[in-house]
Amino acid sequence: MDNSNQPVVRMSAITKRFLEVTANQDVSFDLYPGEICALLGENGAGKTTLMNILFGYYTCDAGEIFIKGEKVDLSAPKDAISRGVGMIHQHFALVPSQTVLENIMVGTASRKGIFLDPASARQALVELQERFGLQIDPDARVWTLSVGEQQKVEILKALYRDVDILIMDEPTAVLAPAETADLFKTLRSLVKEGRSVVFISHKLNEVMGISDRIVVLRGGEVVAERKTSGTNARELANLMVGRELLESIAKAQLAPGDPVLNIKKLNVLNDKRLAAITDLNLTVYQNEILGMAGISGNGQTELAEVLFGIRSPVKGVIQINDRPLKFGSPAASIQSHMGRIPEDRIGTGLLLDLSVEENLILENHSSAAFQFYGLMKSQKIHDFSDDLINAYKIKTAGRDAITKSLSGGNLQKVMLARELAGEPSLIIASQPTRGLDVGAMEYIHQRLVKERERGAGILLISDDLDEVFALSDRIVVLYEGKIMGEAPGATASREQIGLWMSGVRA
Amino acid sequence: MIRFRIIKRKPLPGWAKIVIPIAAILVTLVLSAIPILLAGGHLWKSYYYLFHGALGTRYNLLETFVKASPLLLTGLAVAFAFRAKFWNIGAEGQLLAGALAATVLGVHLGSIPPVLVLPTIIIAGFLAGGLWASIPALLKTKLKVDDVVSTLLLNYVMIHIMGALLFGPLQQPGSSWPRSSAIIESACYPILMTRSRFHMGIIISFVAMLIIWFINKKTTFGYQAKAVGTNVRAAHFGGINTTAVILWTALVSGGLAGLAGVGELCALQYRLIMDISPGYGYSGIVIAMLGNLHPVGVLFSSLFFSVIIVGAQTMSRMTGVPTYIAEVIQGMALMVMLIFLLFTEFKIKVQRK
Repeated sequence: MDNSNQPVVRMSAITKRFLEVTANQDVSFDLYPGEICALLGENGAGKTTLMNILFGYYTCDAGEIFIKGEKVDLSAPKDAISRGVGMIHQHFALVPSQTVLENIMVGTASRKGIFLDPASARQALVELQERFGLQIDPDARVWTLSVGEQQKVEILKALYRDVDILIMDEPTAVLAPAETADLFKTLRSLVKEGRSVVFISHKLNEVMGISDRIVVLRGGEVVAERKTSGTNARELANLMVGRELLESIAKAQLAPGDPVLNIKKLNVLNDKRLAAITDLNLTVYQNEILGMAGISGNGQTELAEVLFGIRSPVKGVIQINDRPLKFGSPAASIQSHMGRIPEDRIGTGLLLDLSVEENLILENHSSAAFQFYGLMKSQKIHDFSDDLINAYKIKTAGRDAITKSLSGGNLQKVMLARELAGEPSLIIASQPTRGLDVGAMEYIHQRLVKERERGAGILLISDDLDEVFALSDRIVVLYEGKIMGEAPGATASREQIGLWMSGVRA
Repeated sequence: MIRFRIIKRKPLPGWAKIVIPIAAILVTLVLSAIPILLAGGHLWKSYYYLFHGALGTRYNLLETFVKASPLLLTGLAVAFAFRAKFWNIGAEGQLLAGALAATVLGVHLGSIPPVLVLPTIIIAGFLAGGLWASIPALLKTKLKVDDVVSTLLLNYVMIHIMGALLFGPLQQPGSSWPRSSAIIESACYPILMTRSRFHMGIIISFVAMLIIWFINKKTTFGYQAKAVGTNVRAAHFGGINTTAVILWTALVSGGLAGLAGVGELCALQYRLIMDISPGYGYSGIVIAMLGNLHPVGVLFSSLFFSVIIVGAQTMSRMTGVPTYIAEVIQGMALMVMLIFLLFTEFKIKVQRK
């Protein structure tokens, strides 16, 4: 890395607001040729927003951007791409039904007259693949590829467009450890040729492993900039959260009680009618948090949906407190005394356009406590809502405030308050802290631990390994719809779990 | 270079809900000056006769209520359905179904005690409209058929069923016109004020408004319909039987439209004719939107519409501006209201480069 060079990107004093929320406040950021610069920060620190501004996806409210020494005004991604800036988002922008080659040609000038020119595009693609070791069959349809391979297609797509400033937003979030190592090799070969990479992440080890320089964002502002060689994970963690991280959560020693959830020989199909869960057996006991680790897309979503009553399995039996669960009925799941925290709290869990109160009473509005021959008992409902808002410290203008005005952490508190109000004996928490900041995350974790002490059995489905390790009494790993392995939470090794997650039975 | 960007705005305070419709109506009246002037009318005189014609004399004022009654019912029908995102564009057909049921019973119910005739007709008219609306609701919930299309197309089905009956079994014996026999006297809505057409149906529609308001605000069903209307996935997840909610919504919605048909038949026409409704079902859509789907909003927007419709008659007589101006004003009112509603959520930011 040669810092004496002119920066290839200079963003100065960038400010971006969304309504009252300031996503970036007076942020300055430089990127030099031939370096991998990590943007480190918690969820909501403003990393992705800053890069979306550089990619022309958002326009900033104040500040200036220079690319290769020239002041630019980016009003759309195409302006950025034409200047060599490419960005790979967490959700890929690929057409699943088309081939790799077709995806790469989309929107480029690989044409002869009005006809496409796949032959020369193919040649260019093969050249790129050889240069950077990104081996993928150009004629494979994208939907048949693994996530890691799809990411390679995205990188190839960027390279094909002559991108020399590549932004990657949490690229490892969806990858298995082996795929991550592969990606890192690719990124290194890119910068060796003088390209620059911005690597957005909140994973300390990866940032330490791949980057040359680290810029730490917190609350929309740059709090520190370090050479990777001159810092360590501990310092970065403190910079990132602004205080010492809790190593683990204090948990009382509790012996597991009776089984609350018993799954036998469960088989579930996904939306494509392919097997998502195959012959799954699983038991959760009272006073226990069972952590289910795994890379997302290995059947976790489908399993949770079956338990929630919004997806019917092909076959199998689920017993809750020794009673069989009626499938495909959310009402039956609710009546089985299950607290349900869905991973998609915005689309599935909450009614964002209704008030906080209307969300809190969703599941029990027709219980005898809240209605009498179809008439709602307003006062009882108000008391119930106020109690929950206080008990869960939900930050809101009041029970009548519209739910979408709440922050992400408070939305999840509404979700939790509703689901835990009835003191369920079984709790299914699917990605309960995804997208939340550290403060909210800690709150949710403490709540779950408290529920465990109360006597509930908790199935914690999460792709955040730190979370699984911090909370679980037992850990199981789901891989391709099957349990790859099980280990006690106290003694499980990350390496072992990581191997299971990538399908290695050791 | 100047660029316009549309951005989200902060939620508006509560009073905006009242101020915005009033402002929309004022803007509509200002804009309506253009077609009035183009039609050669004298502006102040036209507006004077428009309002005087609707509100100025006792008879005209009561006539405005007569006109408002079916508009209020169809407006409520649409608003109630839209609130649960059941896109009922079929209030016109449901109105006709109600009128048809009222005709059959009104002509033939001579054998039961007179006091029971009207209640029977009202219930039957409600059910006829409701059942007609439950067809598209069933198609939507069971077969995922688009409700906009099916409710709309069923209007034409009902118009032709009515036509076939009026040229067939329901045709008045000896008549060559497509009209039914007159209904019996005990099937007619009582007139409540002398020297006017102010009838019982007006009270029924007002009571219906209060009931719908109550259902929306105070009952578990009202809550469930709102939940289904905002996020059907989350409502389902929360254990609400979304299919039942949509079916009941359709039944009530169609029933309200059916009551409008009963009123037109039993209070004004006394016999079924092909043009029993000048498109009240379609006006109901506009009225529901103008009233922001709230029962009280629907009440005021239906009154506004009937003022315009009734007043336009006088205006036309006195100034020569054609009565079609009433429809122009109605259309304009909807456009203005929709634009205003858009700006309650978004604002335009001007950027100079």
